Amino acid sequence: MTTTSLTTAAAPAISALGLRKSYGDKIVLDGIDLTIPEGTIFALLGPNGAGKTTTVQILSTLIDADGGSGQVAGHDLAQRPEGVRAAIGVTGQFAAVDNLLTAEENLFLMADLRHLPRPEGRRRAAELLRRFDLAEAARKPVSTLSGGMRRKLDLAMTLVGDPKVIFLDEPTTGLDPRSRRTMWEIIRELVADNGVTIFLTTQYLEEADQLADRIAVLDRGRLVAEGTSDELKRLIPGGHIRLVFASPAELDAAARHFGAAARDPEELTLRVPSDGGIPALRAVLDVLDAAGVRAESLTVHTPDLDDVFLTLTGHGTPDTTTEMTR
Amino acid sequence: MSSLSYAVSDSLTMLRRNLKHALRYPSMTLSVVIMPVMMLLLFNYAFGGALGSGIAGAPTGGGAYIDYVAPGIILMAATAGAVATAVGVCVDMTEGIVNRFRTMSISRAAFLTGHVVGSVIQTVIAIALVIGIALAIGFRPNASAVEWIAAIGLLTLLTTALTWLSAGMGLVAKTPESASNAPLPLTFLPFLGSAIVPTDSMPTGLRWFAEYQPFTPVIETLRGLLMGTEIGNSGYLALAWCVGLSLVGYLWARSAFGRTAKL
Repeated sequence: MTTTSLTTAAAPAISALGLRKSYGDKIVLDGIDLTIPEGTIFALLGPNGAGKTTTVQILSTLIDADGGSGQVAGHDLAQRPEGVRAAIGVTGQFAAVDNLLTAEENLFLMADLRHLPRPEGRRRAAELLRRFDLAEAARKPVSTLSGGMRRKLDLAMTLVGDPKVIFLDEPTTGLDPRSRRTMWEIIRELVADNGVTIFLTTQYLEEADQLADRIAVLDRGRLVAEGTSDELKRLIPGGHIRLVFASPAELDAAARHFGAAARDPEELTLRVPSDGGIPALRAVLDVLDAAGVRAESLTVHTPDLDDVFLTLTGHGTPDTTTEMTR
Repeated sequence: MSSLSYAVSDSLTMLRRNLKHALRYPSMTLSVVIMPVMMLLLFNYAFGGALGSGIAGAPTGGGAYIDYVAPGIILMAATAGAVATAVGVCVDMTEGIVNRFRTMSISRAAFLTGHVVGSVIQTVIAIALVIGIALAIGFRPNASAVEWIAAIGLLTLLTTALTWLSAGMGLVAKTPESASNAPLPLTFLPFLGSAIVPTDSMPTGLRWFAEYQPFTPVIETLRGLLMGTEIGNSGYLALAWCVGLSLVGYLWARSAFGRTAKL
């Protein structure tokens, strides 16, 4: 049988057109288009409930989309899910490990299910345990390992099958800062050494910023922005320097010297738009010195996910009540 | 390798996983043995005297009560295994590992087949232990080697039917607690049949139910094979029930597994 697929060297690792999904009358995904080139890291950024996990579930064949189409590693999601499954690896938000087996046995299980010959499976398991610093935990039941180690084991299990496309659904949620950095290192090495394509979801702007070649922002089931980290940051005017004054007179005096600043007479604060860098900070202090106005305190606010959402969607992330005075 | 041999090797991998669980955490297997053993001791030593004299004229031919009740209790070991299966499947479903299996290129049936075959093996071992204890406390079957083989075959078939049904229960249960309650009617059914006392001592309505429910022909066949009592058409009925229930359980479990995407 000849199936003619136009898979060229430039074919994207993941592509999707108009993906839709709803549960009852709740629309979770409302038409998602994606094109992710091979060998890149793509981050899907969004708050809880934006539809990130649903997107991963559809692209990894766990659930079917209600509408739209998608291809992963050259295979159609609806027509050839088996082909997709053979090419991908998925590490979800909650470690998908067998708690009753040891770390090593978990890796052997994956090798068997990937139909690797036994010596090859043993070799890969040993190599992954060494690479992820899990060697001394190899013979311990997984239920006794720390959260960070379980997450590493989870990713190691995903890698046993040598996947071409890896889905990481919030890979660092709930990890301590040190484990998070280790995970970032591992993810970077994967792309550098193995040339895999990574589809990552995260709630952390910093994580997307650190890792991703391209970032898309998902909000209420729609993509509201897509671009490189720098492109997105240019869209976000959320960075500012916040000055607090002792009296309304001083606030007014300072406000006269900062044209674009937003003043809040009740809180006696002034927000000066800024990129948060040292030269910008020095410029603000110079202006205050020249005007002879004394500020009580100064805080630097860098753009965060809140600012992304305030800017791109006109509402905050669902669990914050931050208001913009602008 | 063809897709069929992948299906077999994936199922064997899943079976090894479940047997490893059972070896490492034997408490569930032990609970399958303990329930029927307690029943056996209770019905032999505590109730046996009164119940045995009450059914002196029954098909046991006035023999010791343990010879009447042991086949019924042995069968209860099969129903105790059903609870363990439902809990095991449900616990697995509530953990992330099943979603990992679903995103891998492995045979769809392998996960359930591994669970069911593993449970059948555990339950048959439990049944063997219960038979051993029954023999130790005075159960004296007069079965030939062929009859023993037939009896063990029948028990294995019944266990298979109950295990597929309880795998389905484990799949639709929301929590392991409700999964452990779901098969309770199965563990009660033998009491409402001829496991403990002959059905003709029961009031009419109950007797009608007792005679037509699936466990009674299985118990009667088992008793006939082990003790040489009359089997009649119970043998065919027992086979039909076991095969029918296996098929229903299998189809139900398979479609329930296809529907669930618990997260």
